[in-house]
Amino acid sequence: MSGVEQVQEPPRTPSFAMLRTLGGVAMMAGLLVVLVFQVTKPIIEENKRIAIEKAVFRVVPGAASRKDFVLGAEGLLPAAEAQAGGETIYAAYDAQGALLGVAMEAAATGYQDVIRILYGYNPACECVTGIKVLKMAETPGLGDKIAFDPEFLKNFEALDARLAPGRDGLLNEIVAVKHGNKTAPWQVDSISGATISSKAIARMINQSGQRMFPLIMRHLDRLRAGG
Amino acid sequence: MSALPNREEKITLDTFLRGLWEENPVFVMLLGLCPVLAVTNSTMNAIAMGLATTFVLVASSTLVSLLRRVIPKQVRIATYIIIIATFVTIVDYVIQAISLDLYNALGAFIQLIVANCVILGRAEAYASKQRVGASVVNALGMGAGFTVALLCLGTVRELLGAGTILGFQIFSANFEPWVVMILPPGGFFVLGAWLLLFEYLKQRKERKLLDSEGAIS
Ligand SMILES: Cc1cc2nc3c(=O)[nH]c(=O)nc-3n(C[C@H](O)[C@H](O)[C@H](O)COP(=O)(O)O)c2cc1C
Repeated sequence: MSGVEQVQEPPRTPSFAMLRTLGGVAMMAGLLVVLVFQVTKPIIEENKRIAIEKAVFRVVPGAASRKDFVLGAEGLLPAAEAQAGGETIYAAYDAQGALLGVAMEAAATGYQDVIRILYGYNPACECVTGIKVLKMAETPGLGDKIAFDPEFLKNFEALDARLAPGRDGLLNEIVAVKHGNKTAPWQVDSISGATISSKAIARMINQSGQRMFPLIMRHLDRLRAGG
Repeated sequence: MSALPNREEKITLDTFLRGLWEENPVFVMLLGLCPVLAVTNSTMNAIAMGLATTFVLVASSTLVSLLRRVIPKQVRIATYIIIIATFVTIVDYVIQAISLDLYNALGAFIQLIVANCVILGRAEAYASKQRVGASVVNALGMGAGFTVALLCLGTVRELLGAGTILGFQIFSANFEPWVVMILPPGGFFVLGAWLLLFEYLKQRKERKLLDSEGAIS
């Protein structure tokens, strides 16, 4: 370092001016962000609530109200009372308060990234009653059809999910088959050209169902009384 | 900073129109191409992204221009980034409040507005040297130019890639969508086609100009 022969420097800005500007601007920024956060928070929460409710009512047709439960190590608890973690499930009731079905989330890796869905289960008919894709990054025009292709969604209007006699798993594994090869009510007819995404949906429902449906059946009385 | 390098500009129609045409951030300056290619797979996404960017552009230009005399040169870029990041965060919350579906469709690209060089470019090249009024008008023009460019891509890509515009069916149901158009390569194709068109128009104009000059002499 030959700091001695410094060339003529332009007049230096005092450090204080820089600190003042950066500090001042940062403070103003913080204030603005907090203000907007406070104003939008209730609206965003309401949006999220409506989004969940719409999704639940879509996967459990005919539902008029819902109640959230947590299914975890402590058993089944209303969401408000649950301390330990667990899986949130949404019990959906008709206008008279009778249990119509239970909605819950499932996830598996699709073609690009994890696909997350909400799906409905009807303990009375022991079947899946509907799915709604919550999050995905599937290819537009191919894999993303799982969200709206009417023919594909028809698979899940009454997908057989009966429990095995031991009541600890499914009688028939839910599997995806190639387009046009569906022969049994527990099979999912894949979208042509998007077999990978279709298989992911079947896989996630199968995995989640094997675990959750027996638990739901065990706590059915609590769920029925909940509404 | 009291001595401003550039002369302060009077607000004219040109202050606004420059961003829209002559210095269009996308088609002329080729800036901010990341969102241009990434979120123009539908008209709605293009509009939302254009408006969000315009808001950040105008708000940050206003603040930078207001503070232009108190920001020391050494920390100006850091200050601009704080200001821009603030408004991006605000837009992020506001879009979540308006529609979660839209928010999910735009994904990470809202937050990435902060890295859009059109905005930092305006702050550095214009707002830091000009009065508030001119800065706002100029930023509005740039925002409009950016939005129009996104729309140019968004409408074409949605029309060819899905047969719809803003979700309304335009082509008959028999139309087999060119899916590639809403995939990433479609962004490059359509941007290339627009650039080709504008370059062709420019050259034709220049040639006409030359021809007419030749005729006079
Ligand atoms: C660029 C590209 C994107 C693709 N995206 C998906 C996708 O999102 N989901 C999917 O299931 N298959 C996707 N595929 C197709 C799969 O590779 C595979 O061919 C298909 O799922 C097989 O379906 P089929 O048995 O009905 O032909 C994609 C293929 C390419 C080339």
